[in-house]
Amino acid sequence: MQVKVNGEAMVLTKGATVSALLEKMALTGKRLAVEVNEDIVPRSQHVEFTLNDGDRVEVVHAIGGG
Amino acid sequence: MTDTPELLLPEDKPLEIAGRIYQSRLLVGTGKYRDLTETAEAIEASGAEIVTVAVRRTNLGQNPDEPNLLDVISPDRYTILPNTAGCYTAKDAVRTCKLARELLDGRDLVKLEVLGEHKTLYPNMPETLAAAEELIKDGFKVMVYCSDDPLLATTLEEMGCIAIMPLGAPIGSGLGIQNRYNIRLIAENAKVPVLVDAGVGTASDATIAMELGCDGVLMNSAIAQAKDPIRMANAMRLAIEAGREAYLAGRMPKKLYASASSPLDGTFF
Repeated sequence: MQVKVNGEAMVLTKGATVSALLEKMALTGKRLAVEVNEDIVPRSQHVEFTLNDGDRVEVVHAIGGG
Repeated sequence: MTDTPELLLPEDKPLEIAGRIYQSRLLVGTGKYRDLTETAEAIEASGAEIVTVAVRRTNLGQNPDEPNLLDVISPDRYTILPNTAGCYTAKDAVRTCKLARELLDGRDLVKLEVLGEHKTLYPNMPETLAAAEELIKDGFKVMVYCSDDPLLATTLEEMGCIAIMPLGAPIGSGLGIQNRYNIRLIAENAKVPVLVDAGVGTASDATIAMELGCDGVLMNSAIAQAKDPIRMANAMRLAIEAGREAYLAGRMPKKLYASASSPLDGTFF
């Protein structure tokens, strides 16, 4: 299946979870926040939250700003 | 003399934001530094306890070993104030705040800024008001970047914003406090902290903001874009303290003509 992660297409195995996605992105254990289709997916749900074909995922972190 | 000038002096209230007392009245941003080491050193030198950050997409091609800003600016040591910089609509700002709250383990203090257009980055107040209302309803503690309109400042306070942060001049312009009269009115009227956010260029600008009765100043570019940011951070720390002391001391009245400091009696010529 294909999802959009931070605006870019990414192919994932069917039924992949948010945790699996973060692992693929080498972001496991990093301080970040995840949104799927404009809804927050709390950290506690990353393991069980299953992504679907066409989902729009945002993975964000803190950077320098004023 | 029947005057008791000490009774007319402003009250020295500590800076309290979201139930926490802060010693430093200087709030700093983390943008535009050369690297994270310089960021950390400048913040250390500034003495700031509240530090703003932006929320952005993780770079897909980023080196995973690259240090994260929050590894350097620890949320255990600093109050991290996520901003909604770059948002031009209430919807984007609310979304950004929700992501920030998740990012910071449920901490609900945010700096709301909704911009109007790219050239001036002037706040879009109708969108700011809409976002503030939604965020407050959702339990956020909103520190709000706003125009220097005293009536809108009161509206934001009455809605429940916990700090009012009018611009002194456009973001990153370094022009200094352009409308001292309005900033002073806002500071005088508000019961919540008033912080000048944006426009400070050098130490004297920060001092002026504090002399006007502001509770603090938030700045980024003035430190990060100085030739020696660490030294400027220290200058800003001193400037904020000097301005606060001068405000509390109560300045002498301005006069049109001279008034000799040395006695006129007892001259020998």
